[in-house]
Amino acid sequence: MSYQISFSGIDADVIKELGDGMLISLEITLAGVLAGIVFGSLLAMMRLSSVRILIWFAQGYVTVCRSIPLVMVLMWFFLIIPQFLESVLGLTGATDLRMTSALIAFSLFEAAYFSEIIRAGIQGVSSGQLHAAKALGMNYGRAMFSIILPQAFRNMIPLLVLQGIILFQDTSLVYVSALSDFFGRAYGIGQRDGRIVEMLLFAGFTYFVICFIASQLVKKFHERA
Amino acid sequence: MQNGLHWGVFFEKASANATYLDWIVAGLQVTFAVGLLSWLLALALGTVLGVLRTVPNRLASGFAAGYVELFRNVPLLVQLFIWYFAIPELIPGGDLVKSLNPVTQQFLAAVLCLGTFTAARVCEQVRSGILSLSRGQRSAGLALGLSLPKTYRYVLLPMSFRIILPPLTTEFVNIFQNSAVASTIGLLDLAGQGRQLVDYTARPYESFIVITAMYFVLNAAIMLLMRWIERRTRVPGYIGSK
Repeated sequence: MSYQISFSGIDADVIKELGDGMLISLEITLAGVLAGIVFGSLLAMMRLSSVRILIWFAQGYVTVCRSIPLVMVLMWFFLIIPQFLESVLGLTGATDLRMTSALIAFSLFEAAYFSEIIRAGIQGVSSGQLHAAKALGMNYGRAMFSIILPQAFRNMIPLLVLQGIILFQDTSLVYVSALSDFFGRAYGIGQRDGRIVEMLLFAGFTYFVICFIASQLVKKFHERA
Repeated sequence: MQNGLHWGVFFEKASANATYLDWIVAGLQVTFAVGLLSWLLALALGTVLGVLRTVPNRLASGFAAGYVELFRNVPLLVQLFIWYFAIPELIPGGDLVKSLNPVTQQFLAAVLCLGTFTAARVCEQVRSGILSLSRGQRSAGLALGLSLPKTYRYVLLPMSFRIILPPLTTEFVNIFQNSAVASTIGLLDLAGQGRQLVDYTARPYESFIVITAMYFVLNAAIMLLMRWIERRTRVPGYIGSK
């Protein structure tokens, strides 16, 4: 083994820089999860409605998102759409749209995955609940929001959190936009200091610790519930 | 989008003896090769791990469980970079790897990364397949005098594979999608060619639309193929079989 591993390069400055990157990763994750749940619920309700156009739209949306690699989606949002917006809205090239693009891309893409979880959750609620709500005089929307969704979400929490963990891992793909999230910074520092091997291992280790702990917590929570 | 879309661009010459269309076809071939090879690796490794996960031996099942946790909790991109940049520095004989031509190195890293990553998922599917069989199957195999390996080979695995085929299909489709990540280390797969097309043709819209459509078609083709296989191998008497 000719290569000498040394983690001594990871000092306070590096940790601080990585910490700032981690905040970006977490910001994208949080926004993606929240928007994913909101859009995902809408898609799921469309899918389960009785209006044919809405069903087709929701089905088509999910199929399209599942057929295109996330990397492709991100490249669309980083290379193509900012240019398009700049030419349409007459923005100057100085406006940095990368973070906005990332947030929109993840929100739209993840909505498809969240909608599938939410749909299964809604279908898991006994249909008697809907009939009872309707018998009490509620319309479809009211019954959904006050009766069905609260029960469905309670059952879905573990799956939603697991999807959140996957989303957190996927945020590393903003690398294609040179947006400096946690991984982008770790790799950048590695290149700068000639310590790519150590920084990659360190980044992998950090992701592992966070995701492992989070998934174990979900498991525990799920067993108790 | 000054002049509207101009699809003729793909028939223009990219070099002396290739059009841009040839680039797209080449990218498709790379994506296909990476997906298929890493799937074979994932299936083989995942099956072994899935079996280890269910054998009555703490060490073996602990090892397989650790493998799954490790490969599931590190982002694919980070794993890919570790395979490509770090592993050749860390293993004996790494210099040999580094002396290979860069395209081979990228290809190798992509296949190993996707294969080992997906193996963790296949392992979980195989495990759940084996656990879903009634206990009697294992006992019956052993009672007939089959050794434990033979029980797995002739009784448990054939049944589980027919049961877990639908979730395996999903993983098979995913591996082609995930393979697009390999464009980040410079592999000229479909996504990699897409970026190169944008640079060379200055036609970002046309390039990306075509590449995205190719993924879409690839995906649909695999889905149809797997549906057909699923129909033919369904186990009668289980939910989902008609």
